[in-house]
Amino acid sequence: FFFIFFLQVEQVKLLDRFSTSNKSLTGTLYLTATHLLFIDSSQRETWILHHHIAAVEKLPLTTTGCPLVIQCKNFRIVHFVVPRERDCHDIYNSLLQLSRTAQYDELYAFSYNPKQNTSEQVKGWQLIDLEEEYKRMGVPNAHWQLSDANRDYKICETYPKELYVPRTASKPIIVGSSKFRSKGRFPVLSYYHKDKEAAICRCSQPLSGFSARCLEDEHMLQAISKANPSNRFMYVMDTRPKLNAMANRAAGKGYENEDNYSNIRFQFVGIENIHVMRSSLQKLLEVSGTKGLSVNDFLSGLESSGWLRHIKAVLDAAVFLAKAIAVESASVLVHCSDGWDRTSQVCSLGALLLDSYYRTIKGFMVLIEKDWIAFGHKFSDRCCQLDGDPKEISPVFTQFLESVWNLTEQFPQAFEYNEAFLLQIHEHVHSCQFGNFLGNCQKEREELKFKEKTYSLWPFLLDEQKKYQNPLYKPDISPELTLLEPNTVSFNFKFWRNMYHQFDRSLHPRQSVLDLIMNMSEQNKQLEKDIKELEAKIKRRSGQLDGVLLKEPLQSAPPAPVSLKSSPCFKKEQPLMPGTDSLRTIEGSSSADNRYSEFMEELAKAEPAVVSLEYGVARMTC
Amino acid sequence: MEFAELIKTPRVDNVVLHRPFYPAVEGTLCLTGHHLILSSRRQDDAEELWLLHSNIDSIEKRFVGSLGTIIIKCKDLRIIQLDIPGMEECLNIASSIEALSTLDSVTLMYPFFYRPMFEVLEDGWRTFLPEQEFELLSSLTDEWRLSCINKEFSVCPSYPAVVIVPKSIDDEALRKVAVFRHGNRFPVLSYYHKKNGMVMMRSSQPLTGTNGRRCKEDEKLINATLRAGKRGYIIDTRSLSVAQQARAKGGGFEQEAHYPQWRRIHKSIERFNILQESLIKLVEACNDQSHNMDRWLSKLEASNWLTHIKEILTAACLAAQCVDREGASVLVHGTEGTDSTLQVTSLAQIILDPRCRTIRGFESLVVREWLQAGHPFQQRCAQSAYSNSKQKWEAPVFLLFLDCVWQILRQFPCSFEFNEHFLIMLFEHAYASQFGTFLGNNESERSKLKLQQKTMSLWSWVNRPQELNKYKNPLFEANSLVIWPSVAPQSLQLWEGVFLRWNRSSKFLDEAYEEMVTLIEYNKQLKAKVNALRRQLAELETDDRMQENP
Repeated sequence: FFFIFFLQVEQVKLLDRFSTSNKSLTGTLYLTATHLLFIDSSQRETWILHHHIAAVEKLPLTTTGCPLVIQCKNFRIVHFVVPRERDCHDIYNSLLQLSRTAQYDELYAFSYNPKQNTSEQVKGWQLIDLEEEYKRMGVPNAHWQLSDANRDYKICETYPKELYVPRTASKPIIVGSSKFRSKGRFPVLSYYHKDKEAAICRCSQPLSGFSARCLEDEHMLQAISKANPSNRFMYVMDTRPKLNAMANRAAGKGYENEDNYSNIRFQFVGIENIHVMRSSLQKLLEVSGTKGLSVNDFLSGLESSGWLRHIKAVLDAAVFLAKAIAVESASVLVHCSDGWDRTSQVCSLGALLLDSYYRTIKGFMVLIEKDWIAFGHKFSDRCCQLDGDPKEISPVFTQFLESVWNLTEQFPQAFEYNEAFLLQIHEHVHSCQFGNFLGNCQKEREELKFKEKTYSLWPFLLDEQKKYQNPLYKPDISPELTLLEPNTVSFNFKFWRNMYHQFDRSLHPRQSVLDLIMNMSEQNKQLEKDIKELEAKIKRRSGQLDGVLLKEPLQSAPPAPVSLKSSPCFKKEQPLMPGTDSLRTIEGSSSADNRYSEFMEELAKAEPAVVSLEYGVARMTC
Repeated sequence: MEFAELIKTPRVDNVVLHRPFYPAVEGTLCLTGHHLILSSRRQDDAEELWLLHSNIDSIEKRFVGSLGTIIIKCKDLRIIQLDIPGMEECLNIASSIEALSTLDSVTLMYPFFYRPMFEVLEDGWRTFLPEQEFELLSSLTDEWRLSCINKEFSVCPSYPAVVIVPKSIDDEALRKVAVFRHGNRFPVLSYYHKKNGMVMMRSSQPLTGTNGRRCKEDEKLINATLRAGKRGYIIDTRSLSVAQQARAKGGGFEQEAHYPQWRRIHKSIERFNILQESLIKLVEACNDQSHNMDRWLSKLEASNWLTHIKEILTAACLAAQCVDREGASVLVHGTEGTDSTLQVTSLAQIILDPRCRTIRGFESLVVREWLQAGHPFQQRCAQSAYSNSKQKWEAPVFLLFLDCVWQILRQFPCSFEFNEHFLIMLFEHAYASQFGTFLGNNESERSKLKLQQKTMSLWSWVNRPQELNKYKNPLFEANSLVIWPSVAPQSLQLWEGVFLRWNRSSKFLDEAYEEMVTLIEYNKQLKAKVNALRRQLAELETDDRMQENP
């Protein structure tokens, strides 16, 4: 059932997050079953999905009212001041209830109705077909086959049903190996590199303890190495720091002993665990959310949060993986502890570096479906979709997106999609509006019949793909797969302002080159069409006149400028007018946006002894 | 002096050159009076490196057996390495480079020897004259006059021959004011805000000293810029305590009692060796690729470079805000009025005045607010980040200004007629150039050196159409508005085009930029074609009608 609350509170103030002089907008706050809505006096609307709310905090009462701070999973932070404490209390309680969900069928996805009929809904879910994807990679083939061992999720509950394994890995080997691996997640194929005949495989840690062995598991790895005719040696990448892996041995888990497995090279790559990542992000947000932040506090906060260090570690691991395959033609088996967090990051990023298909819009969807959704990254737990253990929350997928963003910054022409695409996916991983990211694994999704009851995100993104296209994209036309070789020297990693301050407009460039070029690229298509039409019309006319027109038409043309009709692909606010070139909007001319004006307001008042300028660490003494 | 005396070994064969992003080249090294030249001398694709000696900031030599290696660190931050066979040759080359890169006489510098190979379309020395600037101003207001009081540079050695001052103040008064200001830099007009008639003036500190000297003419001069009943702002680019300390040395600041219509605001901007240290630390951090993330971030922080950027931008925004939002006149000064003062007044103009965001306008701004205003380029830009000289007067004041402009350009990528390369070009020429523009410390010195007659102006070269094209921003669309940049740390970035230029390949970024240019060009062509076709069609339609109804 639903909580249907309709709460309305007037005269609520929305404070500017970074303002030092408590500048605010006044308006009315509404709560609906799914959203919080704030409409300010100039009728601008701010919508916040309840599922996006990560935390609500009531601050101590002030003279102007009761402050309420809402932190969202998409890093929006809103700060309301409610005039009456009672109202504030009501909003607070309602939000607490509305933003916490105990059961899947209470999530927005189950009430969201995009007005599609059943066949459209089914077609939407069929858009991404992983069997097709494995075919595209070139499997099944002489070395790899589809296994039905996990048909009923008997061997591994968190794996998908369809798994690709070496042909030489018999069922007993699979079963034996799965018993020797944490959560039964035995080594399976994640990506097959056609040109090099090498594979990325993934699994969880072995239950080796201090000395335990498992012949089937050893056979399994041997089967993987034998499935690669180009190089018998294979890498086993443990994506954890060595210390963590060693500590796991005491719990009967651990890592592969090189002596027990033939032809393997074992490698630690040192990505921290979900708890470290969670607190790292928390520190990052604390720093970047500080009012009047100085450059040095920002940089030292960035450093001590460790966030960019973690992003670099993830990308370094992916580069190691991609090079092993592309340069040495060696297959690589990747694992961490359970093989659903760091393993998903490294496998998917490695494949993205190796295969330009994943740098297309459709390919990126496939990659996420394959390495994240199908292989059981616990989206529900990590994104806290249901009320659960806060220790399970971790920004592992956000880090993946940030790593991809770093690559798009280094290779501006290698990706079909732009930053907006990554941000939109991030938005929906947390929105619970579509069924794709709900739940923790495929088995759970099937049992709860998500495909019948909810919609897939991907067709909606494809429908509006114009928004997500990179206008500078140069498709990879080489028949060979081209490897991206990113530079991972520290100075290449930047703070992702558009992610962590997406909603803080004043921090962003006032003119967006991306938007401008995107519009222009769209306009070019329309102009090409117009030219064809015009040429056809002129041809028809000239035909009618049959040679009457001999003079040069351009010179005798009337001087009046001819304006173009606006093209249908542009919205009203983006008129297509070549004459005035109004593709671009000139912005940022308001000093209020930058709050120097607040400083001036202060100046206008009776002389204060010390006034601080917005963001200005420098205090001015008068 | 003959350069030949300094060149013991003019030519060495089989020298191997290593430089960033290119494979090593073997060739012949030649030294001339002003250049180090390495030529591969290959028939098919000869590669040549021409390096101005004046661009060399420091050199190091190393020996392994008889193979010598010279590492040359340039003022544009590039580092190259030459492997030279033969110890004697290597030592000779090294000592020649050292001597030739540190010539102490300006008249021996390359600009005095450079003979341009291009046709001069417009003499850059005569492109930006104060008289023209005043003519422009006269069309807007008659409250100002051009004073020739400094004709012989006798009143203020660091000011140009003509300056713009309030009409109501005569030359006699100016002389008195000059004595009251540090280095005789009396308040002069820096910028007139068309929109509301408010002005920005600049000067040096008043010489109040410990006993609070005052100068009635000084008060009268700056009060002359105020509207009746309005207040003005004095932006002092020093902290209050530094300004107070300055009194002990005869300097000081405007006392409230004597300047009741003015509100003084202190915005501290660092100067001199603190800035030079900052540059050295930043470049060191950028050049070490082995830094892990923590080390990189802490080094970046420790350099304080971005903190300086933020301080300067904040002060400039404040000045601009006083003029535009408060409708008040502003006087900006620090101590000498030749460094942080100019950073603030020039950046405020970029924020306020669309003209300064065009190529011509920006050049004019550099000429007015930096060259003519007496920023001592020769002292400040004598050495860059690699030198050990550590002279007090060396400081990347101009580079910081360019970096601030770049930050604003990044935030308003469509509002500038020029691109990043234009700013980098100015950085390079300020430190080492074949042109005379940045030689000398002020107009008086330039006049004594007869730069106009003996050297070529940078602007003569840059403003030719084929050169200018490289520096045009394809996204430019004139924006007549005031542009307020964000100075939040999240909005400021390291200027990669300068500081990472030699540390990472920009191939993919350059290609993307090219693609963007192509796309914009194509857009223009398509629009032109559509318009032409529409006219043609309209023409046909008219003809049709005429045939139908003759």
